Amino acid sequence: MTAIGTVETPPIPKLDPFKGVKKLPLEEFFTSGHRTCQGCESALVMKMMAKAAGPRTIVLGSTGCMYVANTTYYSTSWVIPWMHTQLGSSGSAAMGSAAGLKAQMRKGKMKSEPINVIAFCGDGGGADMGLSAISAALTHPDYNLLILMYDNESYANTDIQLSGSTPYGAHTTFSPPGKMKRIMHHRWKKNMAGMLAAGHPTCRYVATMCMSYGLQGMNCVRKALSIGGPTFIHSLDPCPKGWDYDPILSHELGELAVATGIWPLYEVETGVVKLYGKTKQIAEGQSGRLPVREYLLKQGRFAHFTEEDIEYFQGKVDEMWERWLIPGVIPLRKEVHAEKTAA
Amino acid sequence: MAHAVAALDQQTEKTALITGSEAIAVACKLADVDVITAYPIRPYDTVMQYVAKLVANGEFDCEYIVAESEHSQFEIVKHASAVGARVFSGSSGVGWMYAFEALTVTPALRIPMVVMVGNRALDDPGAFGVEHNDALAVRDLGWQLVWVDSAQEALDTALIAYRVAEDRRVFLPCAISCDGAFLTHSQALVRIPSQDKVAAFLPPYNRGDLLLHPDNPITVAPQANEDWLMEIRRQTAAGMERSYTVIREAYAEFDKIFDRSYGNPFFEEYETQDADVVLVGMGTLSTPVKVAIRQMRREGKRVGFVRVRWFRPFAAEELAKTLGRFSAVGVIDRDFSLGSPYLGGVLATEVRAAMYPATKHPPVLGFICGLGGREVTVPDVRRMSQIIYDAAEGHPQPPTQWIGLRE
Repeated sequence: MTAIGTVETPPIPKLDPFKGVKKLPLEEFFTSGHRTCQGCESALVMKMMAKAAGPRTIVLGSTGCMYVANTTYYSTSWVIPWMHTQLGSSGSAAMGSAAGLKAQMRKGKMKSEPINVIAFCGDGGGADMGLSAISAALTHPDYNLLILMYDNESYANTDIQLSGSTPYGAHTTFSPPGKMKRIMHHRWKKNMAGMLAAGHPTCRYVATMCMSYGLQGMNCVRKALSIGGPTFIHSLDPCPKGWDYDPILSHELGELAVATGIWPLYEVETGVVKLYGKTKQIAEGQSGRLPVREYLLKQGRFAHFTEEDIEYFQGKVDEMWERWLIPGVIPLRKEVHAEKTAA
Repeated sequence: MAHAVAALDQQTEKTALITGSEAIAVACKLADVDVITAYPIRPYDTVMQYVAKLVANGEFDCEYIVAESEHSQFEIVKHASAVGARVFSGSSGVGWMYAFEALTVTPALRIPMVVMVGNRALDDPGAFGVEHNDALAVRDLGWQLVWVDSAQEALDTALIAYRVAEDRRVFLPCAISCDGAFLTHSQALVRIPSQDKVAAFLPPYNRGDLLLHPDNPITVAPQANEDWLMEIRRQTAAGMERSYTVIREAYAEFDKIFDRSYGNPFFEEYETQDADVVLVGMGTLSTPVKVAIRQMRREGKRVGFVRVRWFRPFAAEELAKTLGRFSAVGVIDRDFSLGSPYLGGVLATEVRAAMYPATKHPPVLGFICGLGGREVTVPDVRRMSQIIYDAAEGHPQPPTQWIGLRE
């Protein structure tokens, strides 16, 4: 057992960052056998995540695309051990597995060694139903675990219904544009990573990623697994079926989400916010933000948008960059107002 | 509490004055449980208060996790069990219902978790007292369900439950039902067995080729759909079928090692040998029933009692054969099943179904009694006995009656 402060944790793996694409191991731990859609970025996230974690890993998958499409009985795509967990249970599944391993290792019932525990969830399972269990898991310093939320911005497996992580105005089967109402979904996307980083002060690592930047994504996974304690990664995954675009554009849409500033890439490591990749360049003025229309108009889910809708969207993204306390991360204002009391 | 636990040691058996909840906490320690999850709801939560003290005092080595909901409570132990850990959890009333999704998936995953249900009325309106509808809600899903009526039986049954649940022929979860307040909070003298005897009785949990571990890289619970789901259900059903035999073996072995016999594991018979009529029930209502029977016997009324322990698996043939000996049967339900056959309780409906193929069919009357923790009194029991006597003498009675109800 290893000690962090007063907390005893099981052995933590040493996972150095991959130095480059050509230095990656050849072994795959998420392989053939799945039946995800053409151009599915989430399947790529699974593959890269498993490669980054390596063979001494247990993966728990909550209900969603990456459960239904990846684990048809008798044709699993998982080389490493994998178990289904309920839609809202990624946090509990990770914690239960990690606790079970820890207890047995401490009591001498199982060989003591670093075993990675990763639970993944979609945006419905994570940002909606499973939020409470994920939050609880992130407060437990006792267990090494990673919760990875693959966010394709809808309940994509059940026919594309809106979730708390669906962007403003998007056309889903639960929010179709109609004759009276053009915009049925007028809630702004939940700021999941920022909320979890701000709300769980002892959590040592929260990051956002996008597998359009594969090497950086894999190194986020490696850092999350080797830093000790519970960690969280939020991955934005373009979805040809849910977002309604030609599957050939998946990679490009991920890049555009970052280049327009809609999807900021950052890590929060022991409380320190670090922007990385293209986001860092934007923040440092080395590259401008592309207009959001470049991203929105490539997707059928925004085809009903008028100029007014695009302007509203652009305004909200500008606000995120210009007005937030920490741009892209913490949506509070810097100004502190004291309420005037009557004399 | 501190005294009872301090008294535990390797070789010696001790006697301690403890509650039903505490008895189960002690059983968890004796069983060397690895992962325990708690969430507050009365009255079951007392077991977790005792576990917490044992852990804090360094007397019990386990991962003790206070979850953020009952759903997480049961999901956490489910996954801990999948990686090979022995687990314990529990709940009451609507807390148990909040966990329902997790409870649903557990049997099919062949997770042998043992839990305590401190039986409590379901909201609304709020009531802390006992009703059996919480635990009974999982009766169709592959959970083994057992009702106990004393702190001693609670402790012993917890050890038996681990042995039965973790037997590879079964590999199904088991819920031990303890009536809220009447058992969870009532103290009695309990013989606490030695650690050595428990070790002789209860082998370590071995998940075998179902273990989720990098050395055994399996995929658990994939999408099976209509291709395979029916075969998988049948396998789970077969585990429950084998549970009858495994329960019998476990009680026989328990008797041998601990020198304490429960007789027939599935139901207890009290004063039935020469009885004309019998009452049937589960849990702590056994106390007023037995007191009333002793009174009535002094008056020459030969009433007996059958206390059902294992509700799942249900010992239908054996129970039907036993109940066929009497001229009328009255089933006391501390639960309700609104709109069910004859508007009866759950146990009465099951007893009638069990008796249908039997050769002898005395009338079976149902009584709804003691809901929300209302006391089942000795006069209540005498009244129910009179009703079944009347039925036995050929005076037709309504199939279901509510007893102790304010008019």
